Amino acid sequence: MRKIFDFHGGIHPPENKHQSVRTPIADAGIPPELVIPLSQHIGAPAVPSVAVGERVLKGQVIAQPRGFVSVPKHAPSSGTVSAIEDRLIPHPSGHSAPCIVIATDGQDEWIAHSGTPDYRQLDKAALLEKIRCAGIAGMGGAGFPSAVKLSIQPHHTIQTLIINGTECEPYITADDILMRERAQQIIAGAQILAHLIEPGETLIGVEDNKPEGIAALRAAASGTDIEVVEFPTKYPSGGEKQLIEILTGKQVPSGGLPADVGVVCQNLGSTVAIHDAIVEGRPLISRVTTVTGNSVREPQNFQVLIGTPMRYLLDRAGYEPARGNRLIMGGPMMGFTVPDDRVPVVKTTNCLLAPTEEELPTPPPAQACIRCGMCAEACPVSLLPQQLFWFAQGKEHEKLEQHNLFDCIECGACSYVCPSNIPLVQYYRASKAEIQQQRRDHEKAEHSRQRFEARQERLERAEREKEEKRAARKRAAEEKARQAGGDGEEDPIQAAIERARAKKAVQQAGGGESELEKLEKAVVSARKRLETASAKLAEAQAQGSDLVDALQTGVDKTRGKLEAAEKALQDYQASDSAAAQDAAQPGDAAQAAIEKAMAARAAEASLSPQEKARKDLKKLEQRLQKSRDKLAASRESGEEEKIIEALEATVTRLQDKVEEARIAVQDAEEA
Amino acid sequence: MIETLTQYPLLAALLALVGMAAVFGAVLGFAAIRFRTEGNPIVDQINDILPQTQCGQCGYPGCKPYAEAIANGEAINKCPPGGEAGIQALADLLDQEFVPLDEEHGEEDPRPAMAFIREDECIGCTKCIQACPVDAILGAAKQMHTVIASECTGCDLCVEPCPVDCIDMIREEESLQNWHWQLPDPVSRKVEIIATDNPDARDRAA
Ligand code: SF4
Ligand code: SF4
Ligand code: SF4
Ligand code: SF4
Repeated sequence: MRKIFDFHGGIHPPENKHQSVRTPIADAGIPPELVIPLSQHIGAPAVPSVAVGERVLKGQVIAQPRGFVSVPKHAPSSGTVSAIEDRLIPHPSGHSAPCIVIATDGQDEWIAHSGTPDYRQLDKAALLEKIRCAGIAGMGGAGFPSAVKLSIQPHHTIQTLIINGTECEPYITADDILMRERAQQIIAGAQILAHLIEPGETLIGVEDNKPEGIAALRAAASGTDIEVVEFPTKYPSGGEKQLIEILTGKQVPSGGLPADVGVVCQNLGSTVAIHDAIVEGRPLISRVTTVTGNSVREPQNFQVLIGTPMRYLLDRAGYEPARGNRLIMGGPMMGFTVPDDRVPVVKTTNCLLAPTEEELPTPPPAQACIRCGMCAEACPVSLLPQQLFWFAQGKEHEKLEQHNLFDCIECGACSYVCPSNIPLVQYYRASKAEIQQQRRDHEKAEHSRQRFEARQERLERAEREKEEKRAARKRAAEEKARQAGGDGEEDPIQAAIERARAKKAVQQAGGGESELEKLEKAVVSARKRLETASAKLAEAQAQGSDLVDALQTGVDKTRGKLEAAEKALQDYQASDSAAAQDAAQPGDAAQAAIEKAMAARAAEASLSPQEKARKDLKKLEQRLQKSRDKLAASRESGEEEKIIEALEATVTRLQDKVEEARIAVQDAEEA
Repeated sequence: MIETLTQYPLLAALLALVGMAAVFGAVLGFAAIRFRTEGNPIVDQINDILPQTQCGQCGYPGCKPYAEAIANGEAINKCPPGGEAGIQALADLLDQEFVPLDEEHGEEDPRPAMAFIREDECIGCTKCIQACPVDAILGAAKQMHTVIASECTGCDLCVEPCPVDCIDMIREEESLQNWHWQLPDPVSRKVEIIATDNPDARDRAA
């Protein structure tokens, strides 16, 4: 006999399991319409690979996985794809999500498929790929893709493989009935998993409130090395970490994975699905779901196609909506109310609970916490729920994390025992979500900060570079001017070196000879020529040579040239400085925009509604005028068609806006 | 030497103290140089809390300048994007009283916004690029521009400079992706969590 351990806390809610195990698993049949949500698992949603109007066969892939943590979707029956659209899905938010809708044809025609009964031939990667391609995701809890869970990291050695047949939640009997009717498949599936993981031992953990199931499993497991372990019933022994503690005595560290203590857990339903996928080649297109609660006449378990509308399934069990107070997917402890009874059954729908008001009354209003400490006694993770409750109310997120909020498995044991009826779990779920949101926001803020600083630095750098270029140009110009103005006494070699140096500086800063430089050079050389010519002329005059006339015209001509060159230089400099100013603007535009926006906001804050409305109107009118001017200008200058059209559209839109603003002003004035 | 010291215990004590002071001084001095922190740590801590929207609503050209101003005694309630939570965090950090948001600078918007350029109307003027503080807009002169959604902080600064008014600020709608549980509302009694068939609750209801 194996030593069974116990975990802290836990509760014993009424089980209510007997109602739904009186009859064997019934076939729910083929509904006229199947709705398959693209995301039924944790991870990236699948991508549709069929088109509307396409005929699909049972078992055909209709959506491909995207990324590693994702699984494909298969058509649960044959028919035609009638839509790919957003439909309500079973989710506590009541939001819609993309779904593939199939209008079934009732023929239930299979696509060609074949299993691999001798799976021992396959290597592990191929086996895992088969499990992934069959679309198998955890069928009890959150729907984590099984292939990911079964991919053991090389640094983990697994001593124990646990098949979780605990089913500790009240009402649910889907696993119980599987044990009674399909014990062979469970054992065969467990053997596949054992082959894949090669653990030291393989255990199937079952609570002692399912004696028939245990007997069937024990009979099927005889002759194998799989051990069926029975332990006392207590909620929530089916929690992964709790089950590991019960069976092995090991505690999974906070924030750790079961693999860290050498354990892998698999859900019983997933084990059967893995068996079907590997041995028979059938993807996960149907599951066993418990339909129970006092507002159905015949509570029982159904083999139901994924995508079957819940209402269809409920009607098979004799649903009387008038008697029920709500519809719950999952059990009464960890399930959630579904927004509408048309939502489809998904891979994680282990139970549909339709209770009456007497059965599961609406909780009475919460009272103040009396610090009785019952919640702390019930908590299976040994948390301090009342402390967490205080911190959650005060939004003290740091304290919540210090008190290990993220270890809470949301089992609801604390809410169950609380004499003040405080919905504790909802506080924890909300706080967890808020903390995660804050973490994401903070990450984004950090990212924005880096981008802002990078931009700031870039602008500064650009400004600096421009400044340097300008300085270099100025230096070069001064150098030349000095040289040109010099009286020739300078050492010619030194001057040449200087010139070369200045030129290099300009080239380094500006890259190549600039227009400005060329013009400057022209001026300087013209001046020089004029000087030599004048000198010659003076000489000739002094000597009374007959060349005087010719030289005179030469001097005049050179002087004219010099003037022209000087004028060109001046023009260029004028336009250049304007351009430089223009170029300087963009760098400060962000700053200017911020300042402008700030000024506008400051002004707005002190205005009355009428004034505000009037101001809005004025602003809009100004903008309209501006756009009109712009439009006229670009029409004149024959701008591109596209731009004119865009401007026209703007003008019309602004006109509408102005009209609206006028009405707003009138309203404000009347008020 | 030893003799003199034993004879004058006062001197010995004095020497010991001076010696220790010198040693510790040296250690501290070394630590101050070796482990010097770059920048002003309090400004960085404040800046870490600010939402980095860079919108200028606080009256400073960006979050860092506002952080510097707060470090120099500016009020902590001028950042609308940070909202109450941000003010609370600043109050905790700086050990100040919580003060409600200064409405003069704008109101807190619980749903973040994002800029969207109606691309077929964009004339490619690059004005919005120049205004964006985090380089979230992509485009070139006379080419269509677009906003990189993951980089936009929703600061609003690009809307005003656009000459053809083709930038919208789009509020994020609640969807499956960003939905999460809300804290229970004690007044409405609308509790979504099934606090289950609590036997006491049933007795009371019956
Ligand atoms: S819901 Fe969380 S806090 Fe409450 S008992 Fe369960 S694990 Fe403990
Ligand atoms: S059980 Fe309820 S009332 Fe008692 S300490 Fe916990 S939260 Fe408070
Ligand atoms: S108001 Fe807030 S987000 Fe905007 S620049 Fe100032 S500190 Fe940054
Ligand atoms: S795109 Fe517009 S709203 Fe978004 S960060 Fe840039 S300037 Fe701000």
